[in-house]
Amino acid sequence: MIGYLLRRLLYAIPILIGVNLITFTLFFVVNTPDDMARMQLGTKRVTPEAIEKWKAERGYDKPLLYDGRAAGLAKLSHTIFFEKSLRLFVFDFGTAEDGRDIAAEIRSRMWPSFALALPVFLVGLAVDITFAMFVAFFRGTRLDVAGVVLCVAMMSISMLYYIIGGQYLASKLWHLVPISGYAGGLDSIRFLILPVIIGVVGGFGAGARLYRTLFVEEMSKDYVRTARAKGLAETTVLFRHVLRNALIPVLTGAVAVIPALFLGSLLSESFFGIPGLGSYTIDAIQAQDFAVVRSMVFIGSVLYILGLLATDVSYTLVDPRIRLQ
Amino acid sequence: MTPSIEPVLLLTDLLLWAMLAAVGAYAWYCARRPHLALPWRRVFESRSAMASAVVLAAYLLIALADSVHFRPALDAPSRAARPVYSTEVWSLLDVGLRRLRLGTEKTYSEPFATRLFAKERIEVSEGPLAGKTVRDYPRLRYGGAQLRSEDERAGDIARRALAGFAPALGGWMVLCALAAWRIAARRKLRFAEGWRSLWRGETGLPWNSALAALGLLMLLAAPLYSLSFAYHVFGTDKVGQDVLYQSLKSVRTSLVIGTLSALVMLPLGTALGVTAGYFKGWVDDVIQYVYTTINSIPGVLLIAAAVLMLQVYIDSHAELFPSALQRADLRLFALCLILGMTSWIGLARLLRGEALKLAELEYIQAAHAFGVPDARIMLRHILPNVAHIVIITLAMEFSGLVLAEAVLSYVGVGVDPSTISFGTMINAARLEMAREPMVWWSLASAFVFMLTLVLAANLFADRVRDGFDPRLRRRAGAAAGAA
Repeated sequence: MIGYLLRRLLYAIPILIGVNLITFTLFFVVNTPDDMARMQLGTKRVTPEAIEKWKAERGYDKPLLYDGRAAGLAKLSHTIFFEKSLRLFVFDFGTAEDGRDIAAEIRSRMWPSFALALPVFLVGLAVDITFAMFVAFFRGTRLDVAGVVLCVAMMSISMLYYIIGGQYLASKLWHLVPISGYAGGLDSIRFLILPVIIGVVGGFGAGARLYRTLFVEEMSKDYVRTARAKGLAETTVLFRHVLRNALIPVLTGAVAVIPALFLGSLLSESFFGIPGLGSYTIDAIQAQDFAVVRSMVFIGSVLYILGLLATDVSYTLVDPRIRLQ
Repeated sequence: MTPSIEPVLLLTDLLLWAMLAAVGAYAWYCARRPHLALPWRRVFESRSAMASAVVLAAYLLIALADSVHFRPALDAPSRAARPVYSTEVWSLLDVGLRRLRLGTEKTYSEPFATRLFAKERIEVSEGPLAGKTVRDYPRLRYGGAQLRSEDERAGDIARRALAGFAPALGGWMVLCALAAWRIAARRKLRFAEGWRSLWRGETGLPWNSALAALGLLMLLAAPLYSLSFAYHVFGTDKVGQDVLYQSLKSVRTSLVIGTLSALVMLPLGTALGVTAGYFKGWVDDVIQYVYTTINSIPGVLLIAAAVLMLQVYIDSHAELFPSALQRADLRLFALCLILGMTSWIGLARLLRGEALKLAELEYIQAAHAFGVPDARIMLRHILPNVAHIVIITLAMEFSGLVLAEAVLSYVGVGVDPSTISFGTMINAARLEMAREPMVWWSLASAFVFMLTLVLAANLFADRVRDGFDPRLRRRAGAAAGAA
């Protein structure tokens, strides 16, 4: 088991290097730092001195991959690739355009993100599974058809509308909760409850439909027929046998996204003014802060790889037939 | 005689028409091969697929009419001079909606309004206050301008709506009668019997659903169109542009994004997926490594990073783009490429799994034994057997891409701000949420148009999956056998 985990962690390294190469290509090869400087400073009437100054301040004034003028190892380390891309591996992200330390910013912002994303995830999972069980129980009837149509209709509505509609109803019309903002501690519940509800409602259509398909597929398996032939009541078959087996793919699938919860939700966070990583990313994209976007890409892929690993481990925990070697 | 228009060929226009031609060729190819036509027949045997296909076709027509661009000639000062073309690019759709495109107001106005949404200083021309200026809501320049008194508005709206409704109803009934006559002629029945079997849906394909959907569309669209000549049916936006016009223009953007992304996704996903599953070994490892790496970057971030870089590129190479429209068009196309680059992985993974299974089967082994080259085995023996997965995936991806466009435009990495799309409409309207009373019509209009498109696409994709997935078919057959 431990050997397997170690091997998987080692396997993550080439992937992270690949991610690094992609971001490096995107940010420094497709466009030179000169282009970025011109973009940041405004395209008109930029003097070469201003560009040089901008680059020097941010450490972009070095060669891309190889510095022939430096001595010894510095030939390789005195480069943009080493300083900007490889440094990411030790979680050294540098500073944002506003001069703040990106790593510190990420550390403080991941918790509000998590506080929003975790309840959305858990409540959403519970609601979706319950509803899916309910319609799967009545499969083939009008209730089932109505349930599926509801899901398809709900997943056809853009998340933007759930947020805008929810904000309008709950905050503007009924004055139940503040329209946006955030506070630490228990006070945060007041600010989080609406985004959580909207997150659950927004994800409901796709989630419930997927789980219904899984349940219905499970119900057509042979062991279910055996259980029925044995004379078990339909509810016993459903809750004792089908639910347990159908939950395996559901739960292992869910485990994969847990690390990514720290990344937060781009839309909810920026609409509700929650100072998490999602709104950080949006602000960075809109301000064209390349250093922050680069860091978020890296963090995102690290969390994704952790999720993959957690999925594999969770398989062994819930399914005794799978042994990791 | 000099031509009075100069055609403008945009990249996405070209690709959209090429795509349509490809789909047409595929349909023609399928139609003559019963084993390929059968799953499609199964798809269209469902009522919801028939109805949503009609809705999708209507959207496609709008998009295609909006994909023929040209620049009209300006009135030349003298006949001998070379014609001077307007800098504004028009499309066929714009010609049909000429009145909507040109009839811009000053700023917001409500649907069917005759007056502006904001107060202004206006000079009173008659009555006791003549010559003085008061602050009031001014009359619109176009919306309801034909009315002598605003009290006539309700009657005028009813008259105009009826003027659109009546011919639409008539046209629809003629269509229904034609369909019934055709059914009767085919089956050598009397006309009344043909009518009855159409009404009851006792035809091979549920033509009654298609006609019902068509009727609904016609009866809604015709009154709207006839009203749009005199009113802003869905109001106007901040700069006074008609919201109905914007909604119709957004349709093309949505369809371009939904379909052209397939242009990247299809070859990449198919080629890499099948190759990985067929060759196994190191080829498989490399391809898996590539897609795990791309997949490990959160989609929005990868798109954001790519679009940011594209933006830098466009800004620093401004000389490459002759006009703003071409620049916006290239950005739209690049967005499709980027979306395709991030969405081929799911397809590749599915095809890899399927190819792994197929490569073990006897007929592939036999092909090997006969010395058929690998490329030929993949093309002739594996690809046709995974085609259903490709079709299902493409159908399922479409609606997701349309929804993604709105979100990306909100984040600021979507289409060019000058391109009219559902995303830019929502984004602009969102800023007016705080206004009292609220400006709701842009949001509502984009909502209705987008929901109709995505819902139809989702329903259709569902049916495509049911029709093509052999697993589902077997189960349906077993259930029918048991019952």
